[in-house]
Amino acid sequence: MQTVLLISMMLLALAITGCLFRVLKGPSIADRIAALDTIGVNVAAEVAVAGAYMRSTAYFELVLLIGILAFIGTVALARYMERGRVLNAPDDSAGD
Amino acid sequence: MPQTILLAIEWLSVLLILAGALLSVLSAFGLIRLPDVYLRSHAATKSSTLAVMCVLSGVFLYFASAMQTVSINILLGIVFFFITAPVAGHLNGRAAHRSGVPLWNRSIRDELAEAGRSDKAPDANTGQPADDAETDADTGKSDAKDS
Repeated sequence: MQTVLLISMMLLALAITGCLFRVLKGPSIADRIAALDTIGVNVAAEVAVAGAYMRSTAYFELVLLIGILAFIGTVALARYMERGRVLNAPDDSAGD
Repeated sequence: MPQTILLAIEWLSVLLILAGALLSVLSAFGLIRLPDVYLRSHAATKSSTLAVMCVLSGVFLYFASAMQTVSINILLGIVFFFITAPVAGHLNGRAAHRSGVPLWNRSIRDELAEAGRSDKAPDANTGQPADDAETDADTGKSDAKDS
């Protein structure tokens, strides 16, 4: 059973490596953002499987934290690519 | 008898984790091999969401059966990934379309550009002039007409 968990961790690491290839190669910024979002999701899954492998419940807050940080990072990068800035400037905050 | 049931649930959870890891590899394969930003977003969003939900469900069942601890964090993580991963994929695709990332050269039609072009002048290049102010004005007008 531990062996199956170890194989799952290796497969997730392989998936993260594939996404890293797309981050390095991707022709546009949107490719890199999509690949980085997938890397964040896969890292959260990897941490959960690592917690199951070590039989420790100490890693479960980390799953939620990595998920929230990956989502906020994806939203910020997509807004930056769309509008050229992440947050609204105080002058034109009434426009949006 | 309950020992064998617990062992069966434990093996089921481990197989669920393995299925999630295989789906994640499949998602990375699609992210590498597909030709376009939008098709890659299709691979990166949907199968990756299913993969992480399979893995987290398997970990939840594993801890519930092997260690008799029910973890609320994992349940909250499942719900959170189920909500936020499609939202992030949608935001990324919309930002890519608005910033003019080209489609694959064998794509048949671009419905978002057609919808933007029908609102404004026909010489718009990428559906850019369908800006927020005009759509807000349109929805406000329709709301007033309905009420």
